[in-house]
Amino acid sequence: MKKKKVKKKIIDNVNNRQQTHQPLCIREMEFPIKSTVDKYQLLPAFLKVRGLVKQHIDSFNYFINCEIKKIIHATGNEKVTSDVDPNFYLKYLDIFVGEPCVEQDYIYEPITPHQCRLRDMTYAAPISVDVEYTRGREIVVRRGKEGKQEGALVIGRMPLMLRSCRCVLSGKNEAQLAKAGECPLDPGGYFVVKGTEKVILIQEQLSKNRIIIDTDSSGNVAASVTSSTHERKSKTNIIVKHERIFLRHNTFSDDVPIVVVLKAMGMESDQEIVQMVGRDPKYAGILAPSLQECSALGIHTQQQALEYLGVKKLLSCLYTGLLGVLQVDEARDILATVVLAHVPVHQFEFRPKCIYIAVIIRKMLEAMLNTDAVDDKDYVGNKRLELAGQLLALLFEDLFKRMNGELKKSVDMTLAKANRSTQFDIAKCIRPDFLSNGLEHAISSGNWTVKRFKMDRKGVTQVVSRLSFIAALGHMTRITSQFEKTRKVSGPRALQPSQWGMLCPCDTPEGEACGLVKNLALMTHVTTDEEEGPLIALCTTLGVEDLSMLSGEELHSQHTYIVFFNGIILGVHRRPQRFAETLRKLRRAGKIGEFVSIHVNPGQHSIHIASDGGRVCRPLVIADNGVSRIKEHHMKELKDGFRTFDDFLREGLVEYLDVNEENNSLIALYEADATPATTHIEIEPFTILGVCAGLIPYPHHNQSPRNTYQCAMGKQAMGNIAYNQLHRIDTLLYLLVYPQRPLLTTKTIELVGYDKLGAGQNATVAVMSYSGYDIEDAIVMNKASLDRGFGRCIVLKKSVTALKKYNNRTADRIVAPDMNTSAKGGVQVAPRHQIQDRDGIAAVGEMIRPGDIYINKQSPINTRDNVMNPQAMPDSAYKRTPQTYKGPPGECAVVDKVLLTSNDENHFIVKCLIRHTRRPEVGDKFSSRHGQKGVCGTIVQQEDFPFSERGICPDLIMNPHGFPSRMTVGKMIELLGGKAGVMSGRFHYGSAFGEPSGHADTVSAISETLVNHGFSYSGKDFIYSGITGYPLQAYIFMGPVYYQKLKHMVLDKMHARARGPRVVLTRQPTEGRSREGGLRLGEMERDCLIAYGASMMILERLMISSDQFQIQVCTKCGMMGYYNHKLKIALCTYCKSGENMATMKLPYACKLLFQELQSMNILPRLQLSEA
Amino acid sequence: MEMDDLPKGELPPHLELQRTRVVCAADAPSYTESVQYSGAYMAYDVDNSLRMEDFRKNFRVEIKSLNEDDIEFDLIGIDAALANAFRRILIAEVPTVAIEKVYIANNTSVIQDEVLAHRLGLVPIKADPRLFDYKTDEEIANEKNTIVFKLDVECTHMGERVKNASDQLKWLPAGSEMPPDSKTKFTSFGCSQDSLPAFTSEAIASRYPDIVLAKLRPGQAIEIEAHAVKGIGKTHAKWSPVATAKYRMLPEVVLLEDIEGDLADELVRTCPVNVFDIEDMGPGERRATVARPRDCTLCRECVRGDGWDKRVQLRRVKEHFIFSIESTGALPPEVLFTESIKILTEKCQRILTELL
Ligand code: SF4
Repeated sequence: MKKKKVKKKIIDNVNNRQQTHQPLCIREMEFPIKSTVDKYQLLPAFLKVRGLVKQHIDSFNYFINCEIKKIIHATGNEKVTSDVDPNFYLKYLDIFVGEPCVEQDYIYEPITPHQCRLRDMTYAAPISVDVEYTRGREIVVRRGKEGKQEGALVIGRMPLMLRSCRCVLSGKNEAQLAKAGECPLDPGGYFVVKGTEKVILIQEQLSKNRIIIDTDSSGNVAASVTSSTHERKSKTNIIVKHERIFLRHNTFSDDVPIVVVLKAMGMESDQEIVQMVGRDPKYAGILAPSLQECSALGIHTQQQALEYLGVKKLLSCLYTGLLGVLQVDEARDILATVVLAHVPVHQFEFRPKCIYIAVIIRKMLEAMLNTDAVDDKDYVGNKRLELAGQLLALLFEDLFKRMNGELKKSVDMTLAKANRSTQFDIAKCIRPDFLSNGLEHAISSGNWTVKRFKMDRKGVTQVVSRLSFIAALGHMTRITSQFEKTRKVSGPRALQPSQWGMLCPCDTPEGEACGLVKNLALMTHVTTDEEEGPLIALCTTLGVEDLSMLSGEELHSQHTYIVFFNGIILGVHRRPQRFAETLRKLRRAGKIGEFVSIHVNPGQHSIHIASDGGRVCRPLVIADNGVSRIKEHHMKELKDGFRTFDDFLREGLVEYLDVNEENNSLIALYEADATPATTHIEIEPFTILGVCAGLIPYPHHNQSPRNTYQCAMGKQAMGNIAYNQLHRIDTLLYLLVYPQRPLLTTKTIELVGYDKLGAGQNATVAVMSYSGYDIEDAIVMNKASLDRGFGRCIVLKKSVTALKKYNNRTADRIVAPDMNTSAKGGVQVAPRHQIQDRDGIAAVGEMIRPGDIYINKQSPINTRDNVMNPQAMPDSAYKRTPQTYKGPPGECAVVDKVLLTSNDENHFIVKCLIRHTRRPEVGDKFSSRHGQKGVCGTIVQQEDFPFSERGICPDLIMNPHGFPSRMTVGKMIELLGGKAGVMSGRFHYGSAFGEPSGHADTVSAISETLVNHGFSYSGKDFIYSGITGYPLQAYIFMGPVYYQKLKHMVLDKMHARARGPRVVLTRQPTEGRSREGGLRLGEMERDCLIAYGASMMILERLMISSDQFQIQVCTKCGMMGYYNHKLKIALCTYCKSGENMATMKLPYACKLLFQELQSMNILPRLQLSEA
Repeated sequence: MEMDDLPKGELPPHLELQRTRVVCAADAPSYTESVQYSGAYMAYDVDNSLRMEDFRKNFRVEIKSLNEDDIEFDLIGIDAALANAFRRILIAEVPTVAIEKVYIANNTSVIQDEVLAHRLGLVPIKADPRLFDYKTDEEIANEKNTIVFKLDVECTHMGERVKNASDQLKWLPAGSEMPPDSKTKFTSFGCSQDSLPAFTSEAIASRYPDIVLAKLRPGQAIEIEAHAVKGIGKTHAKWSPVATAKYRMLPEVVLLEDIEGDLADELVRTCPVNVFDIEDMGPGERRATVARPRDCTLCRECVRGDGWDKRVQLRRVKEHFIFSIESTGALPPEVLFTESIKILTEKCQRILTELL
């Protein structure tokens, strides 16, 4: 019955596709069946257009296409003029970022990102500008032709984000991407700078231009507003001190009473002030002391107030020395442009700013009366995320301004010269290096310095972690906070309820940055700026009453709501709900941007409309009276490809909500839970998790920290990096030889492509104790499994050699391998050179051992003085500087790849990739997907391993003690599900919270499958011991679990030394594994030995085995002498005699200390006594 | 102590059960081990020692199924220790021939040299290991200890991918052809292997022709020589002659009481492998019987429900093993088993000589 109806509807809809779906809705009203629609298909559709790293790309695209234009057209940037010649000008007409290319011998060639990675170049495109300028008398216009750079002026190169609209990869299909050497699953969203991939992390910070009411350390209410406009950034605080309200701003040396400030802005009447704040006696009472103070100061007029402020203001260098009236003007100026800079003041019309301050005060008073009104700084709605585009825009504007400054300077200099031989052409003065280097340097170093805004951030960019595919993807969604890590407050680190659906609750690092570094959830989108003008106009049309027409009284009357637009007060509205409804309808109809948020706050009697960039939002299904707008036929059309996610958006079935607007809606998790009050329905509950947490099967059954651990460990798992992994030459690359796709998958895994680029293997795990080598989470491995390739991995290491060119025109060279003449007279390649080809570079496929020379390089001895004929220098003019392979001793690696190329500075470089295949050994680290890491404790022969009745022998044995304290029930279900999956031949699902919506198989269903295939419902098998041959006295929980091999391997860490290198200065053993250092007997160990009384042991450890040294001491003067080998006596240089000399042993470091003290005119004397 | 009510030379039933059966209860199996001590039942005047003549009398082998690759047979009247010994020897000590050294002249495929070599090593080779000697590291390869294969493929088809399977491994009976430009090759064969009587009939090749070794794209080529030697599974799993060798004890399902009517239906329904049948006892009377206990996989479904453990008991017969061997192809499975017996005898002999 029901099915028929649905079919009919589809036909209907196909027929009336162009018509609205209104008639359908009515018909559906007749049948109020709440059928649950599987909305999963929306996710892939969504991820095609938004989400994951698309926010980076969107923001970069916005920067390149819009914001960059705004920057050059901003006042102050648009024109370069000269102080010398008033006729001179240079005007930027337009700006355009071109296609990525590289200049080679004056020819521009297109480049692909992969070429840049391999050749250590920057993936960048020229920035060209259309300009109009004067050359002598004439006005020159240089304009590019329709997106072509020819004709236009190139002012620098912009590093391009991969997959952005200018990138060669955008819009390419899989085959085209493969041709470009790019992995189709690679998300893009990062830059390639000098061959390294750099990602600009998402920066989290407090909202700009919003009033935030907080309490300070002494418990007083304080409001703060961080104003940010294109010209200026400033922070304004309004605080309460001794029950009076003050303004605190860094342009004033002291806190100034707020009433004085208001008066200085022209609100001379106290009554008006009180009215503005609110006439309610409860407010007036609190305000009274502030008013009193003002009159106590004797300030009644604007002039008086301005004079008062003029005294208080900090001396700025600009106006020093000028007195009286000027100070007043200056104070007025500060009030207009610096204090609350984002509230526009035209021609000193202060009224909007007065109202703004009044509103702040009112909010503060409310907060004083009712602590609930205090804002939560950690609330996600009060946060903005800064993305690559915004950060680059900041940097670009700064560089552009500086470039124009330089330009102006050079123009002034040239024009000031009276007689010039040639016509001055400013186009020739532009040095594109300045912008290029500035941008490139900032991205490669991660230091964002914008002097104008006193911004100096470190570590904004990071090298994309290519340890595994998920690591790279997780890196793109990472958010760092501006909050310092040292502060011991828990607030910013705690999980906020408002993070639901926006930020992943699991994925955060442990330790220092815990809770400060976050990750985006799967369906989060970060907005970019939107045009404000039309929205403001629309608001006015919809009945927002302008501020200037209102008195203070009307502002706060019972039914009016103040309308805020991006933090600025627009006016008031008397029918807030209706206003909001209308705006939302317009948004759903696509008349205004889909990311505009409308939030009605009844508590504060305000409506907040936001269109600014950096807000996090996510899509939700709209429900009318609790009935979802998305019906079965919509999903069918989506599946059949008739519909895209944007269609859903355009037809008003789905909309984006940001954190603030979520507060106005009632969101049901499932359609079935919806009540008539429900306004929205979640698309899929598992989307609250991010990419890394999405890999975990049944995460909702695990103890929460385990999921967090797995999020960190998934990034260390070896596997596939990308489809182009074998074409990459990375510094360090870990690959699994036989990676598998997990038997127990989740929907997220399929969405992000982990099933195609897995990082682990499905191991048959028996949960039992075995051999005693499995304590402390160690696992016992089956040798036969390892023989057959389980956990086998490849480590690829890169080494780069650049052939340097020196200033005296000499250069490094590579010569043929050294030859040895053998005893018989034959000529042979020298032993360490055998892996080289005849060109002196290692041959691909050769086995390479530690100590082998893989590039037979030579450098000129003289690199300073000019040499006659640098090309034909004799061999004797070169010294050997060969590249020697250093690897783990005893291991044998293979030369995998050799790349000969040149970088963009035209240096010849040789990159060698050296491959080492490793099989797991005792001590290698493995982990399941549930934060259960463990090292391999022992490797056991297959015949000793237990086996089941079906002859199944596990690949590894895990100790059951790993379960009770970890409570990773998800792992157990994974095991069951994996077992059922193997038997039934179907991949089972374990998406988070997926059971009700069918995206996770239930345990009962899994058990049934198991029983049908002759297994116990509990997953426990009857097992025989491989050693005795008898059955075990317990049923063993056995089945496949996806295991990851982590990058920590003993081979890279194992270290011991008996004798070895010493530090030259102190003669003590070196430190650290890389220098083959000794193992330190530290202070605490020393304390133990002292306490135990093992004095000889201390002597042996700290001196004899370390840096024992014999010295000659003069017993008379107590200074050190020396042993004269000719005379065979010890001599004291001070006493000039060989008498009284004694020999003693002491640590060399001690002797060194004495000598260093002597060099500082401190004389330590040794007083010896007979032992 | 005299216990007159007990017949002499016989154990009371509960002890007999413990001695001969593993009882697989719903929670855990019990009485899993056999009682070794000869005097364990002295009190009952039962001699528990193992006697050769008893063993001779009781021991039986019944072959249940046999084909080229698999064998299933019952070993009856043998202790688990012995059955396990055969299993262990089969997995780890019966020798086969497998590729051990790979000389790579050219490999431009995506598969790395080591990985390709590893894959080659795991290819089962149909060659009777009994005809070969073990090769020590110092020994030079000769026709008695080495089999040489060659793989020389190139992908030239435009745009098409070549699958490189194990049937392209060509046997070189005359020994190595590498290195090509020198007189001294990697092997020194006294005579060609195909002139030896054992190999004239059939060329040595991989047991399965369709094992994918590598896939090639146009322009890629593999030219290698692989040397196979004799070895045992203990050294590396590639020399293991069996995919697996395993046994299970004979299942015994006992109905502790008569199960009739609906209960019988329920019992038949619960068993996923149809161990139970219904016996018609006249009109409306149905009784469950255990029809195919051998099929029982011990899923414990029949004892899971409330009270069912009182009605059904799952047991395993201790000295009855259903042994199954899956050969990888070098030797037929029945030969493998006899080989394992030979190895065990050899081992015993060695101990005896050491002892004497
Ligand atoms: S244990 Fe399972 S297979 Fe065996 S008889 Fe009972 S239900 Fe059937």
